Amino acid sequence: MLEVRDLSVSYGAIRALHGVSLRVERGEIVTLIGSNGAGKTTTLRAISGLVKAQAGTIAYEGQSIAKLAAHEIVKLGMSHAPEGRGIFPLMTVEENLELGAYIRHDHSEIAKDREMALTLFPRVRERLKQVAGTLSGGEQQMVAIARALMARPKLLLLDEPSLGLAPQIVQTIFKIIRDINQRGTTILLVEQNAHMALQIAHRAYVLETGAIAMEGDAKELAKSDEVRKAYLGVA
Amino acid sequence: MKTLAQHISEISPARAFRPVAVFVPWVVCVLLALAVHFVSPLLVNEYWESVLQRMGVFIVAAVSLNIVNGFTGQFSMGHAGFMAIGGYIGAGVTYYGSLILHGSVGDPNFAVQGTLLMLAGLVAGACTAAGAGYLVGLPSLRLRGDYLAIVTLGFGEIIRVLLELTPKQVSDAAAVKASPIVSFFGFNGATGFAGTPAYANLFWIWLFVAITCVIAYRMKTSSSGRAFLSIREDEIAARAMGVDLTKYKVRAFVLAAFFGGVAGALYSHTGVNPSPTDAGFQRSFDIIIMVVLGGLGSVSGSVLAAMILVLMPELLRDLQQYRLVLYALLLIVMMLVRPKGLFGVKEIWDLSRGDRKQPVGKGGTP
Repeated sequence: MLEVRDLSVSYGAIRALHGVSLRVERGEIVTLIGSNGAGKTTTLRAISGLVKAQAGTIAYEGQSIAKLAAHEIVKLGMSHAPEGRGIFPLMTVEENLELGAYIRHDHSEIAKDREMALTLFPRVRERLKQVAGTLSGGEQQMVAIARALMARPKLLLLDEPSLGLAPQIVQTIFKIIRDINQRGTTILLVEQNAHMALQIAHRAYVLETGAIAMEGDAKELAKSDEVRKAYLGVA
Repeated sequence: MKTLAQHISEISPARAFRPVAVFVPWVVCVLLALAVHFVSPLLVNEYWESVLQRMGVFIVAAVSLNIVNGFTGQFSMGHAGFMAIGGYIGAGVTYYGSLILHGSVGDPNFAVQGTLLMLAGLVAGACTAAGAGYLVGLPSLRLRGDYLAIVTLGFGEIIRVLLELTPKQVSDAAAVKASPIVSFFGFNGATGFAGTPAYANLFWIWLFVAITCVIAYRMKTSSSGRAFLSIREDEIAARAMGVDLTKYKVRAFVLAAFFGGVAGALYSHTGVNPSPTDAGFQRSFDIIIMVVLGGLGSVSGSVLAAMILVLMPELLRDLQQYRLVLYALLLIVMMLVRPKGLFGVKEIWDLSRGDRKQPVGKGGTP
């Protein structure tokens, strides 16, 4: 479904990614784990067109998307829930969700997707009329994911959904991510919380200083010594 | 409470053509303009009529600036530049047009044609300003915050200096006819362009006030309005939702500049001579203050703030030289009492419905 080859991205003189290759198959949850500054967010942003790729190819459903603008990529069915929750703080939760469906005009279908998103996130339903900035961190994250679902994505890109959240809320959110996947949405999940990410993912990539250091089955990687030492904090 | 989406679906369910919804606001615009035009002479003298004209011009200016500074959150400080472009082009079309077509300027027998010339000049001025808005809008794609403010400030100053360098005004009809294009740029340098007849009466000014407000409010409540507001709140998230940043930022600048040009063209037809200082930052600041005071993103806020800020110096005239001190003091007090402007991003009619909790700061509580 998504095939990234030799992706390189620089911010000015600083090279953030040198030659990242990864692949996501339809129906999978693939996770990209790594420490701070490894280039996880940059990879995700390059895929969704928020930053320009210097070199390499990005193919989505057989079509090259490396040169497309972010808004064109959204129309192809790829939706990105940005890091740090990236919600619209002064709008109501409802308005946030409506903006998620910004590219769509099929009103009755939008209503269905809204209903589905609200079923997945009952907390979001309770907060519909509230200004999004007043929500708790976990609730804001839920809004961000629900909003991304409103575009009815075939591929959902999630950037650190566990960032700064209490462990219990992380549990809830990851359970919902798995639900979303089981309903047929392919997911590329960027995470620092390797423990949680490896639990729900099918396959995983480990990113270190802008390059893929390891890849493989998520369960296998979780057992490997290097990953256990570096990312799971077990000796 | 109705959400924006419900409003939109009521206004345009699946883009169906609804003549009532489409035409009624424009009819209301004309009626309002007629009302102001015919009622105000009964209530106030000529001096206050001129204040009403000035008020209308600044409402148009403030509401149009709100499209950029309020809706999209780009900080433009060069709005007076767009106004001056519209003002000079508009005045030029009327003045030199009258000379060419009639041989003299301001002849009462030529008033009807003169008014048509004013409207032509208004369109020409607004379109030129919109073109300039396009050029100024482009850097907004790469610059934000303070840096964009500096660029737009620079734009206004460039217009001011260019206007100071314009050649002398030509008042001889034969000379204008001989070389119309060269004479058209005779804007009389630093002295200012004099002699444009005051064709912009209360009807025309308030007609454009109403039109500008209707268009701005419709923009705000349409789906593209949502796109503007999303850019203002979080550019990355807006792009991730599929909002075309380039298109909307440039569109905001072009529209704001267009109506800024309208405001300028109207102003130069109220008997006020346009001069290069009209493009300077003092004027730009005046308009920014109106927008901020009214609330960034609030159309009705800009209208009310423009009214207050035009009226205040007039009402305080008895205090003579102290009035500007008091004026500044009132501004400070207002910003202390209502730091988000009069209405924030809301409209005056939203205020009674207090069911929306406002967050304390950007991002709210974690």
